[in-house]
Amino acid sequence: MASALPVGDPAPADGRLGESALLGLRGHPLGFYVHVPFCASRCGYCDFNTYTAEELGNGVSRGSYADTVLAEIRLARNVLPASAPTVSTVFFGGGTPTLLPAEHLGLILREIGEQFGLAPDAEVTTEANPESVTPAYLSRLREAGFTRISLGMQSAVPHVLSVLDRTHRPSRALEAVAEARAAGFEHVNLDLIYGTPGETDADWQQSLDTAIAAGPDHLSAYALIVEDGTALARKVNSGAIAAPDDDVLADRYLQADDTLAAQGFRWYEVSNWARSSAAESRHNRLYWSGANWWGAGPGAHSHVGGVRWWNVKHPTRYTAALDAGRSPAAGRETLSRRAMLTERLMLEVRMRDGLDLATLPESASRQAEQCVTWGLADRGAVYNGRLVLTQRGRLLADAVVRDLLDVL
Amino acid sequence: MPAIPSPPGDTPPGRIRNFSIIAHIDHGKSTLADQMLRLTGVVDARQARAQYLDRMDIERERGITIKSQNVRMPWRSKADGTDYTLHMIDTPGHVDFTYEVSRSLAACEGAVLLVDAAQGIEAQTLANLYLALENDLQIIPVLNKIDLPAAQPDLYAAELAHIIGCEPDDVLRVSAKTGQGVEELLDVICRVVPAPVGDADVQARAMIFDSVYDIYRGVITYVRVIDGKITPRQKIKMMSTGATHELLEVGVISPEPVPSQGLGVGEVGYLITGVKDVRQSKVGDTVTDAAKPATQALGGYRDPNPMVYSGLFPIDGSDFPLLRDALDRLRLNDAALVYEPESSGALGFGFRCGFLGLLHLEITRDRLEREFGLDLISTAPNVVNRVVLEDGREFVVTNPSDWPSGQKIAEIHEPVVKAMVIAPSEYIGAIMELCQNRRGNLMGMDYLSETRVELRYTLPLGEIIFDFFDALKSRTRGYASLDYEEAGEQAAELVKVDILLQGEPVDAFSAIVHKDKAYAYGTMMTTKLRELIPRQQFEVPIQAAIGSRVIARESIRAIRKDVLAKCYGGDITRKRKLLEKQKEGKKRMKMVGRVEVPQEAFIAALSTSESPESAKK
Repeated sequence: MASALPVGDPAPADGRLGESALLGLRGHPLGFYVHVPFCASRCGYCDFNTYTAEELGNGVSRGSYADTVLAEIRLARNVLPASAPTVSTVFFGGGTPTLLPAEHLGLILREIGEQFGLAPDAEVTTEANPESVTPAYLSRLREAGFTRISLGMQSAVPHVLSVLDRTHRPSRALEAVAEARAAGFEHVNLDLIYGTPGETDADWQQSLDTAIAAGPDHLSAYALIVEDGTALARKVNSGAIAAPDDDVLADRYLQADDTLAAQGFRWYEVSNWARSSAAESRHNRLYWSGANWWGAGPGAHSHVGGVRWWNVKHPTRYTAALDAGRSPAAGRETLSRRAMLTERLMLEVRMRDGLDLATLPESASRQAEQCVTWGLADRGAVYNGRLVLTQRGRLLADAVVRDLLDVL
Repeated sequence: MPAIPSPPGDTPPGRIRNFSIIAHIDHGKSTLADQMLRLTGVVDARQARAQYLDRMDIERERGITIKSQNVRMPWRSKADGTDYTLHMIDTPGHVDFTYEVSRSLAACEGAVLLVDAAQGIEAQTLANLYLALENDLQIIPVLNKIDLPAAQPDLYAAELAHIIGCEPDDVLRVSAKTGQGVEELLDVICRVVPAPVGDADVQARAMIFDSVYDIYRGVITYVRVIDGKITPRQKIKMMSTGATHELLEVGVISPEPVPSQGLGVGEVGYLITGVKDVRQSKVGDTVTDAAKPATQALGGYRDPNPMVYSGLFPIDGSDFPLLRDALDRLRLNDAALVYEPESSGALGFGFRCGFLGLLHLEITRDRLEREFGLDLISTAPNVVNRVVLEDGREFVVTNPSDWPSGQKIAEIHEPVVKAMVIAPSEYIGAIMELCQNRRGNLMGMDYLSETRVELRYTLPLGEIIFDFFDALKSRTRGYASLDYEEAGEQAAELVKVDILLQGEPVDAFSAIVHKDKAYAYGTMMTTKLRELIPRQQFEVPIQAAIGSRVIARESIRAIRKDVLAKCYGGDITRKRKLLEKQKEGKKRMKMVGRVEVPQEAFIAALSTSESPESAKK
């Protein structure tokens, strides 16, 4: 079972946005997210909105999926005004987007470009499973205009991969990075997961070392979270598997940050490291900086000018809505000023750029100084008007945000 | 032939018999009273509901009588054919209400000592028996529940005979449930209980032995007339305060209130003056005629004296006014309940309340929660200590927060009680060990029978109110019974133990304990709190300290991870809602300095179920 959608207001059938939301398009980059809800098999820890072929049933097929997404892009064109900026980033996520033929991904990308215009330096990423790409496939992606590949490596250790239900050989991730490089991808990311039950410090070190040796220019490392409703949660609840311990997760994070820093990777967000600022994911930054994006596909989330909405989750309902000429949005919310503030703090505090204290009331600066004395925020940065978390502070980012919200 | 009821106010004292029933909680007093009401025709079988005399729900549930009731019953003796007027005066059945019991007994000339034929006498019953003997009451020993298969009437008849110094044959055997032997008991009461003696021609004197607040009638005062006569519309005077009231109504209970033309010598009845607070009608006080007052009050009056204090705090701070109203309401009917507003750094606004004892505390708390829908935290109960400083100043400390810390203390006095424990003799060792552990002094020991023993101790009250009864029960498999009464004070080496979270004292956890127990208390609290308080962003030292001297310490390791290190893609809404939910959780925390302490931690830490005893094991 995938995670539940938020509860919000109903969304209009034509997906229309209000005047003030559309005004918010100005002066911010515009991105596109395309959700591809297919996986070859379901991983036990995953609560993302994705389906195996058997789970999907009738009415939706991988073959016709691209056409449905094209319909949503055309709907987006009707909703967003002609004055909307050209698209600066596109991100295909899932699921496993690379289960679709490369041509279909290319088709979707081309439609976005035709409808909205693609900036000349646009960042175009797709997620991929190491085992679902081949050199030929990667070349076709590159030709279609993709610039960045994000590979779900998770771990280099067989017993860890097996707990995660990942089917690839540990060495496959390395091969995939090399193949991506050979196909001409300048930017390659590896996703890692730490804190899997049974994983040791040495296992994690091996995963880190292996990942770095593969030569990506970007790494994401996420703590394994036992999400309600997943197979992993059932195993934890039944006592078959021990839940990851928070102290262990903290140790693993420090281990990752220290290892990556020593190898020339710099954190730019709590869970993300890059070799250079050019290697940082601009699409992710767009999420974290209050910019605008259209999320196409079932369960995809969008944000335009202070309005967030989300599509119906199931591919069948999603397809049915677009087939009927209706917006697939399931609900939306118009952010209050307080909600915007909460989101801004919660996202910006996680970034290396930090939170701009000059734009907040004085009480935020006092709280930031408290964070300095508690060792959670960088002294020099706060002196210069930005709250930037220390390594320890990054592990307590949510607490820092809650404390800040208390004084604002 | 049923007896012809005699008109109240005009009953010859020679035909009056006033008696109480002394019994342990579940030995069948209420059933016996019900049976008497039926046999005397005061209540017919159809209108009789079980335990007619116990009015309040809590009493019904706990099977105990908190406030006493009394009933006037006509009875024609089979022995002499004479019509008597019986006044049955019910007595409260618990250790906290010893004074009220003594006043009820003082209103009688006789007492039925009712003992379960399957269980034998219990400590509280024995204590009340001694009270009755002190009041020179004629004792009628009775074994109840003789219809039970487990009854051992011969054994316990011998035990009772031994205790009161009569022959086993003198012990009556009844079944209150079936009625067997109850008529004979009524006849015996008429025969052996002395008639009241008083002077009808002098100034009126009546003793108040109970007063109850009724929402429709105001305070109903129960009295026993000693001399003279009380009549409606008379102006009466309370001799302890000098306050005067007009008598709106005088009557008897039979078993509902029946107004009468007055109450004469030896009679028991009620008065209504329209006052709204039982404090204006104090148990033990003497009522006299305001126009022609008696000069000498009846002996034995004293003010109710709170022995145990506890802070009561609403879990939801906004319930404070509700709690105040609820206490004001309970106070109308509870002359012993005292309280004043208290502010605790940890628990917010509440009331420091004084009680007669632990049961009084528990019942009050129970009623506040049940009848007024309040959720309360109560601080660990403490006794009243008297602290004398070297400069001669004296503090009566009812709250650990008021302890004169940092001042030169010359001496400290703590209240002590005379305690009586009755148990099967095989538990003597266990009981002695417990009492010794609680700083008790053995004053004497008597075998009530070959297998049952009575132990007498003096014990600090402060040791008893801390789960002593639970410990006693568990060491004796529930067979021991306990009774105690105040017995002055003694010098004691007491100290105040503070519990500090990150250097900040938490007032709700401070306790006054004997210096030899300070370490155990400190260890117990610090260990408990380490388990109960969630990890914070920083390490939290938990210390127990006497003044500035730390006697025990624990620490809660800092939480190291409080961040969602997961990619939710564009689902910012979900992440924000998670954060908002966490913030909601934070609101329910109480702040002690920088430390967030969940409400539940306070409740659990203050519960006495985990005692220093069990923590040591």
